[in-house]
Amino acid sequence: MTMFSVGERVRIKDSHPPGHRRTPFYVRGKTGVIERYCGDFKNPEELAYGFDGTPKRELYRVRLAQNDLWENYEGPASDTLDLEIYDHWLEKVED
Amino acid sequence: MTTDDRGTHSHDHDHPGTTPDVNETGYYELMAEAMKELLIEKGVVSADDLRRNLEFLDSRDPVDGGKIIARAWTDPDFKSRLLEDGTKAVEEMGLTMGDAELVVVENTDDVHNMIVCTLCSCYPRTILGLPPDWYKSKSYRSRAVVEPRSVLKEFGTELPDSKTVRVHDSNADMRYLVLPQQPEGTDGWSADRLAEIVTRDAMVGVVLPQA
Repeated sequence: MTMFSVGERVRIKDSHPPGHRRTPFYVRGKTGVIERYCGDFKNPEELAYGFDGTPKRELYRVRLAQNDLWENYEGPASDTLDLEIYDHWLEKVED
Repeated sequence: MTTDDRGTHSHDHDHPGTTPDVNETGYYELMAEAMKELLIEKGVVSADDLRRNLEFLDSRDPVDGGKIIARAWTDPDFKSRLLEDGTKAVEEMGLTMGDAELVVVENTDDVHNMIVCTLCSCYPRTILGLPPDWYKSKSYRSRAVVEPRSVLKEFGTELPDSKTVRVHDSNADMRYLVLPQQPEGTDGWSADRLAEIVTRDAMVGVVLPQA
């Protein structure tokens, strides 16, 4: 059982810890949908400092609507941005 | 060397049509070099490991990517496997993804896919070779996510609003390859012939392949 399932709405944490992070600033605090579960991977935020990267983290692809990312987005409402987010950066969204 | 002993006269002037032979090492280049020397000195990697890796990367080019796409166009079973698990499917063709995993995203009548890495320059190097300079530029990396349609237009790719543009930011462990649509007028072409029209830029998703 993975922590999140495909199609589930998730929020990417609006957190700003210092150091090596793989969650780009432009998606922090934004809401999207789980597109797929990619597998468990060593945590790059630990690997970056010489630790062994364990425990491994679940990695998900999250799909966000471009309209939710940018004010005055140039394209149609159907355009999306997909990217990979580790489980500890995701939180459930209550419907 | 206290005086300029390379020529017959000192060089306080420029020679027309020549470029001064300046090769200053930048800060990060110097850091990388120091790190490399340390790793070798401590026995973490050998100079030969590094050389072999560079040799491998330099030997890769988009021709392999083109073969993958052409096979997907001509072999529906392979195409399903490629979309299901890209890493495993390219292994069938003797290609490796190294430490990363491959996700293949398919262009359709309704969807166009485009790849970027906003954090650095992640790219499927083992199947496309080294990324082009524009892919690594700050301009592409920032604009591809904010205004993908404008960026595509600059590459000569104008898409109707009826087509969804999906931008994929390769910010972690996946690498991406776009499976373009087979262009019209190429029915019945052999996989070898098709492979020749699949360009690097088409597999990054900034242009459409042309017959």
